[in-house]
Order: sequence, then C-alpha cells, then structure tokens
Amino acid sequence: MALVLTEEQDLLKQTAREFVQEKSPVAELRRLRDSVDATGFDGGLWKEMAELGWASVIYPEEFGGMDLGTMELGQIFEECGRTLVAQPLLSTVVLAGGCVLAGGNETQKKDVLTAVAGGERLLALALQEGPHYDPLAVTLQAEEAGGGYRLTGSKTFVLDGHVAEQLVVVARTSGSAGDRDGLTLFLVDAGASGVSVTRTLTVDGRNSANIDFAGVEVERSAVIGEVDAGADVLEPALDRATALLAAEMLGTASEAFDRALEYLKTREQFGVVIGSFQGLKHRAADMFVELELSKSIVLEALTAIDAGAPDASALVSCAKARCNDTLFQVGNEAVQMFGGIGVTDEEEIGFFMKRARVLQFTLGNSSFHRDRFAALEGF
Amino acid sequence: MADLETFRQETRDWIETNCPPPMREKVESPDEIEWGGRAAQGRTDDRKLWLDRMGEKGWTCPTWPSEYGGGGLSKEEAKVLQEELRAAHARPALTSFGISMLGPALLEYASEEQKKHFLPQIVKGEIWWCQGYSEPGSGSDLASLQTRAEDKGDHFLVNGQKIWTSYADKSDWIFCLVRTNTEVPKHDGISFLLFDMASPGVTVSPIQLISGSSPFCQTFFENVKVPKDQLIGQLNGGWTIAKRLLQHERSMIGGMGLGLGGGSSRGTPEIAKEYRGERNGQIADPVVRADVAQLQMDARCFTTTLRRTAEEAKAGMPPGPASSIFKLYGTEMNKRRHETLVSIMGSQALGWEGEGFTAEELGETRDWLRSFGNSIEGGTSEVQLNIIAKRVLGLPD
Repeated sequence: MALVLTEEQDLLKQTAREFVQEKSPVAELRRLRDSVDATGFDGGLWKEMAELGWASVIYPEEFGGMDLGTMELGQIFEECGRTLVAQPLLSTVVLAGGCVLAGGNETQKKDVLTAVAGGERLLALALQEGPHYDPLAVTLQAEEAGGGYRLTGSKTFVLDGHVAEQLVVVARTSGSAGDRDGLTLFLVDAGASGVSVTRTLTVDGRNSANIDFAGVEVERSAVIGEVDAGADVLEPALDRATALLAAEMLGTASEAFDRALEYLKTREQFGVVIGSFQGLKHRAADMFVELELSKSIVLEALTAIDAGAPDASALVSCAKARCNDTLFQVGNEAVQMFGGIGVTDEEEIGFFMKRARVLQFTLGNSSFHRDRFAALEGF
Repeated sequence: MADLETFRQETRDWIETNCPPPMREKVESPDEIEWGGRAAQGRTDDRKLWLDRMGEKGWTCPTWPSEYGGGGLSKEEAKVLQEELRAAHARPALTSFGISMLGPALLEYASEEQKKHFLPQIVKGEIWWCQGYSEPGSGSDLASLQTRAEDKGDHFLVNGQKIWTSYADKSDWIFCLVRTNTEVPKHDGISFLLFDMASPGVTVSPIQLISGSSPFCQTFFENVKVPKDQLIGQLNGGWTIAKRLLQHERSMIGGMGLGLGGGSSRGTPEIAKEYRGERNGQIADPVVRADVAQLQMDARCFTTTLRRTAEEAKAGMPPGPASSIFKLYGTEMNKRRHETLVSIMGSQALGWEGEGFTAEELGETRDWLRSFGNSIEGGTSEVQLNIIAKRVLGLPD
C-alpha cells in the first residue's frame, strides 16, 4: 500500500496545481457566481482540461482515456479543491461516467466515455430524492412499458444537472425504499419528453438541479448493467466518487488552513501578530493534526480503490467522514480567525466555509458514513 | 526476495526451537512482563531462557549494529522477524526503556567506547534502565530543571530530586538530565549523565496514582559521585540529546493508544454489544454505536498516519513533526476510548477490587484511571500543541 506519491504522481499533482492556480483561482468562482453565468462553469476551460486528459484519467485507452488510477485522479481533485474549481469533473466523469464505466455495455461505454473523454458531453447522476444522501432509499419508479420502461418521480440535488446532456437515473424496478435489490440504472437524454430540469443555485456558488420525470419513456437499451441489480454498478462508482470527493475536500481544507495560518502570522493586534497567542496557536495545531490524519486516510482510500481491496468501502467511509469533520472544523475556524473581514463577501475565506458545507452533505455526511462504516465492520 | 524468504523460514524454525511454550501464552498481568536487569540474572525460568536466547541473537534490538550486540538486521528482515514472532504468539523477550529510549540516543550521541560498553548490556537485558527527567518544579518546563552536577575534577557530584521516575525502585541505572552550568540560558547548561542507582546517596520512594499502584517514584540524589566518563555527548549539550530521546518516548506513549480494546483483549465493538445489547448484528444503542464507530475510524486514521510516516522516512523524505502528533493524538484517543468503554460498562466499570466484577471489568477501571496520565507524561498535550505550533507551523512566541 503506497501512502507516498510516486514521482509521476507528484509531477501530475504539481502540474495540476499550477494549472488551476493560473486558470481557475477562487476569483473565477466569484465571477461565475456574480454574473449568474448561464452554465455556471467555463466551458472553454473544461475543453482545456479534457485536452490535458483530466476528463478521462480513469478511462481505458480504447475510449480515449489515460488508463491511470483513482490515485492519479485524486491528485487532480485535491488541487481543484484548493481553488474551488467549478467544473463538471465529479458529476460527469466520476459519478455518471463512473456508472457507465462500472456497468455499461460496450456500446454504451464507447458512446458515452469517448464523448466525455473528449470534453464533448456533460453528464449527471440523478440519485438523491430528499435532503439527505441515501442511495438505497430511491423510490423513483421505472415500470415496464412497451418494449422499455416508463420513469416517474423526482430527483433533487443533481450535481450539474442543469447542464447535463445525459442523465444516469437511479430508479426502482422492484422492492421498496431501503432495499438494495430492485434498483436499476438508466441512461436518459436530458431533453427527453417528460424530463423537466430546474436549476438550483447553491450557497457555494455552484449549481445543481431538481429534475422531474413525468412518465419518461426509455428503451430497454437504456439500462446500465442488470435490471434490479443497479446497486452492483452504483456502489463501486459511488465508492470511487466518494474517495475522490474526499481528496477534493482535503485540498479545500488544506488551502483554507494555509490561508488562516498566513493571516495569523500577519494580522497584528495589541502590538503583536495574533498567531503569538496560545489561544489561537493550539487551535491551529489541532487543525494541523486533523489535516495530517485526513491526508493519510485519503491516500489509503484511493489506494484501496485501485487495488480492489476488500475493505475499500469501509476505508472510503472512513475517509469521507474524516474529511467532512476536518473541513467543517477548518472552514469554521478559519472564518473565526479572520475576524470581521472573515464574514465579508470581499474576503475569499467565506467561499471556503460555504463550499465546505456543500461538500460535507454531498455523497453522505459524517453520520451516514459512521453508520455505513459500522455496518461494514460488523457492528 | 528469495533471501528474505530464506530468512523467514530460518527465523520461523529458530523461534519454533527456541521459544519455550509458556512464552507463547498471552501475558495476563504486568508481573509477567520481563524487564531484565540485575535481579533477573540469577533466574533460570522460561522467561529468562527466552530473554537469553533472544539477547544472544541480538533480536531484542533487531536493527542495531551487530558490533554493539544488536541483530544487525535490515528493516525488511526486522519486519519479517516481528511478523514471525507475532505468528508464533511469542511474548516480547524484553521490555526496556534501554531499547525504546536510551539505546537510540546512545547510538546517535555516545562515544565509541560508551556504545561498546552500554549497548550490548541493553540488548541482553543486563541492566534495567530508568529515566531521570522531570522534577517537582520542572514538569512542562523541563529545561528549568535544578538537579546539579558539580565538576569535582575526576567526577561529578550530583544533588537534587527527580519525580515520575518509572520503575526507579527496580532499576539498576538511570539516564539523567542534570544542570552543569547555571550562568547560561536554561537550555544551554544541561548535561546527560548515566549512573548506577546503587551509588551511595540515591534514595527512592514510590508514588501511588489515582489508578492505585504505579511504577512511578520520586528519586533523591545526595552527593552522588558519578565518574566523568559517564557523561554522554558534550558537557552542557544534554538538551539536544534530551529532546531526541523525548521524541522516542513520545512515539512510544502515543503508540500505546492503539491498545484498541483498552484493558481487554476484546475489541470495543464486541464489548459494546455485550453491555448495550445487539440488534440485527449491530450495537443496539445508536448513540453508543456512533461513538464506537468514531473511535474505530479515528484509530484507523491514526495507524494509517503512522504507516505513512514510516513510508515517507523510507522514501527519504525529511521527518515531519511525527512524534508530537503521535503523542498528542494517540494519548487523547486512548483517553477517549477508555471513557467510552467505562460508559459502556456502566457501574460494572466502577469497581475497585474484589467480588462482583470480572477481571476484565476491574482491569478496564484501572486502565481508564491510568490513561489520565498519558496526556501528561512525556510532555502534556498542551506542550505538544506548543511544539507543533512553533516548529511546524512557524507561529511566533
């Protein structure tokens, strides 16, 4: 198990860092937010990222991919987390694209993954139905109709659902909410009749969507994987996505911490820098320890995914819960340490705190992952 | 790799032949731990036999150079040895502050002559070492220590008092911080001395802790004569050695937080199921279950961080602030685990001794009480936070 980056991985990380620092600093997120940009992200930059191979790091070469590991993609996610990059990397490549990669047939993979790899198609995963993440709680109905299926129900908090051209929809074909069996994944055109998309603006300046499916007719060939066995496809895709999101959160938390630390070293009150006060020093040191633990467990989760380790799912939950808690602590503490300027919109630290909360609730908060970890560990 | 496999097979055979069967049974009480020392020399029991055989191979200190009595093993071989010992359920042949604290410092700072003299004794467990650091007036502010060592020409004359000297009442020798210059800033007047606890003028009195008995003592020095060749490193250069040794100590104490089941050999989840009930294979009480899950996850993050640090060192990366993090997090986690276990066991964890409580329950009570000291000894949690803030984060005084 490698908890230290190889030279190549380190180089990739450095390259990613330079790229996002130059092309997509936090100011870019502010610009997108303030202009209420029609798409909520810079499509030109997405093309550039795709040209660098970022949209296809984990895809096989036959679909235009780089055929590298989750560990490599994790380095890109971490750096994107540092500058709060608003791009459809998670939604398109890892969540929806990940489901196609994990369960799609050759035709689906060739069509979808090749287009995604080229930066030519945007996807979204329509999974969540209430205010809390719970993948097995799906109730959106898929009934057999004609040769195919008819989808009826609503999805919420569909990341980048407002720009996606195709949706991977998690539907229930049998059983009831909470059952692992009975889920089926469908690949649905966002423009299909009966699909209505409502863009939602979130506190972090990013976008998701509420999507209604009013008797949407799909062909049988739209099924990804096996009918009723969607969880077999969904779970590995979600594990990988969750590990990568944890890597992004590590980057966000590290940057917020670095900024707070810099502020502690420069802001003067009572004639000295405020970082000389023990009341702040200990809190900074505490955060540093949490970040070190977060870094370790993120690296281990990424490694476990690539190795197909039997405890990969438990490690992913461990990593997500840890990053949730660390980012919560660092985000809140950073705002407090910045004092009055910290609660102004002018100072960027607030962007980190708001983004922190969205990231925490995305793909499971800490209580979800504690519960999942305990269940996987047999208690 | 083929060599390593050969080594594994040879090691397995050697353990099979040389580890007496009673030494493969679980250690049931602290009395069964082998500390070596002069008192052990006359014994002929299985414990002594196992110590002698391991000491002869140098395998009590597997990676120390063989010229100093160590095993001379590579890190990979030492790992194999450790794996094989564990697989055979072999008890540690020797537990000693000489191995975990003094030895590494001697390897780094002692003269060749001193290494040749002291290290083989540590390997063979001939001397039981104790540590003379803290004083009644010098706890967190260790460098303010007042125990004096005056230069009397051919020897030092030591006067003063130490506290929290673990096992001073059983130890043969002490490694001790003393003040050799009072005219300079406090860090610059400290020296590192080794001396015999049987020297005239040394007296010891045990300290009882909130957990009942304890290995801690107060140690008094009145005109103790110490030969000059027992000074390690430079005169007045002891603080450098002291700090390095503390790193070893902190790593050791932090690692104790990984006794995952607390005082019991059972895991916390299993204990929680027994005391708080089980429903569908899960701990019935959801709040307890969440607490236990948090502990288990924290422990996982912690062990992964230990491993990452080891891998980074192997990859030649500069050492991070590891020992302070380990000390801080490991001990705080250990305290949290014991508090959780006590709350899970309820009034059954409140017994002091006697009937009405299982051995596991009584053990947990004492371990819980003992854990309060973990975040104090070897530098308090607050001192560790200071160190991280200053040395790692670069925050000013």
